[in-house]
Amino acid sequence: MNGRIIAAAALAIGILAPFTGIYTVFLMKALCFALFACAFNLLLGFAGLLSFGHAAFFGLAAYITAHGVKEWGLTPELGILAGTAVAAVLGLGFGGLAIRRQGIYFAMITLALSQMVYFFCLQAPFTHGEDGIQAVPRGYLFGFIDLMQPMNMYYTVLAIFVFGFAVIHRAVHSPFGQVLKAIRDNEQRAISLGYRTERYKLAAFVLSAALAGMAGSTKALVFQLASLTDAHWHASGEVVLMTLLGGMGTIAGPAVGAFLVVAIQNYLAESGAWVTIIQGVIFIIVVLSFRRGILGEVVGFVAKRKPLEPRPASAITSE
Amino acid sequence: MFELIGIPPQALFGQLLLGLINGAFYALLSLGLALIFGLLNIINFSHGAQYMMGAFVAWLLLQYAGLPYWGALILAPLVVGAFGVVVERLMLRRLYDLDHLYGLLLTFGLALVIEGGFRHVYGISGQPYAIPPSLQGGTNLGFMFLPTYRAWVVVASLVLCLGTWAVIEKTRLGAYLRAATENPTLVRAFGINVPVMITLTYGGGVALAGLAGVMAAPIYSVNPVMGSNLIIIVFAVVVIGGMGSILGSVITGYGLGLVEGLTKVFWPEASSTVIFVIMAVVLLIKPAGLFGRA
Repeated sequence: MNGRIIAAAALAIGILAPFTGIYTVFLMKALCFALFACAFNLLLGFAGLLSFGHAAFFGLAAYITAHGVKEWGLTPELGILAGTAVAAVLGLGFGGLAIRRQGIYFAMITLALSQMVYFFCLQAPFTHGEDGIQAVPRGYLFGFIDLMQPMNMYYTVLAIFVFGFAVIHRAVHSPFGQVLKAIRDNEQRAISLGYRTERYKLAAFVLSAALAGMAGSTKALVFQLASLTDAHWHASGEVVLMTLLGGMGTIAGPAVGAFLVVAIQNYLAESGAWVTIIQGVIFIIVVLSFRRGILGEVVGFVAKRKPLEPRPASAITSE
Repeated sequence: MFELIGIPPQALFGQLLLGLINGAFYALLSLGLALIFGLLNIINFSHGAQYMMGAFVAWLLLQYAGLPYWGALILAPLVVGAFGVVVERLMLRRLYDLDHLYGLLLTFGLALVIEGGFRHVYGISGQPYAIPPSLQGGTNLGFMFLPTYRAWVVVASLVLCLGTWAVIEKTRLGAYLRAATENPTLVRAFGINVPVMITLTYGGGVALAGLAGVMAAPIYSVNPVMGSNLIIIVFAVVVIGGMGSILGSVITGYGLGLVEGLTKVFWPEASSTVIFVIMAVVLLIKPAGLFGRA
């Protein structure tokens, strides 16, 4: 019951936010990263897999959408679908390789693979190297909604976020999600119960990659730009930070973290170097003092009668 | 001059030498990572940043204290190692009972702080560091020109790697270290101060990265992002070799450096990704890594 009220309130805030005078580009950027972080959290928070290469899906999907819309004249919805599909296929390949190892190796492998995608984006002719794909037309959604109108674009982004969030919510609260949590908490036991854990992990990876790609595609339309920044390992680190800061065990925490991190980028720091320093400091503080993240701490505070313990070592990975 | 399969020998051997030098750095860094991982169970994400710190400390010492290369070669690793000891005592120590991933996340944050800090002060353009006078010049080997400094780097890193291997495999201290890696509680019961050993191991591994940074300073320009690009490749090297054996990580480091150099000759576009492709292939064939224990 409580959850529904909060969800309805959050949706109302999302619908009314542009009328409060907050810069809509900021809101759209934050929503794209919120979807990215929620998708990432499906893997880290619910399957216990730390991917350090999610920027590959986010960035490559942005390039595919930008190229499709600009050069092939795809409509925005087809462009986003194309980006999402490519991210899903890439996720199938990366996931298939990475799930062969566990724990920290998983993180290192995804990081290395995403660096390969970064170099591909740097060298492939269609991405225009350092310049990126610029002046991407937003076009007409379904052929008649002009996305150059800021309000139309905003509500499109909001709808995409709500759709993505609903998919993640559904997945987490399904039998599939229960098996993922079982794998996170004790993989050996899940195997002994007869689950083919590799298939579940791979499915979670592909779903996560596809939704991360959807977020990247949407961002390419919002900023009318696809650039190397989105494919760089810094972006992979940022999404980890958003999730950790917001609360990785919670379903909405990463969205909270995304809004905070994007706000820091937009309003607090003037130079890129300062953003990096602040992000690093937040990483250190969160890891040392509140590992449940902001939302996790709030949930823990509300349910003070039976406080949530930080998960023991064996709970996150199965090594 | 003769040609080999259409490639002038100067180009071929030049790239092979460059590959050998890159390989020397891969070996030194993956060695440190393996050492730290063995005892602390932490992947030190700030290894690249600490390598960069080594190069910067050497540059700062030359710039502001007039300390030449040879002095920096000793002092800079000590400074970086001391920094590592402080980090271990203040932060990493609190994470040993938790999941390994938290160590990775903490050191990642630390890397961001170090890199951002140097970028804020010195920009990203990079500072030149001159080759010390005693190592300038080179020798003409007939088939190629061998710069003295590069030869020194290859030899020095080989000596360092073998020295580290000898300390760990052949000395009493190394035996304690290996025992503590297997079973820290039991080693403590024998009266050996394992927490101090852990601190010093982290400091030592980090100092090794700093030393690599000093050696790299005259070859690559000293800049704040020199470590972050390298560390990702070193991670791939570690996945390929597996962290089970010291010699394994040294051999893998040098080998992959050479492969990368060869790729630069025959297919330059692929040289930046060849190590990642090899990693993918190794994962398909032998997921535990070439020298890894499953």
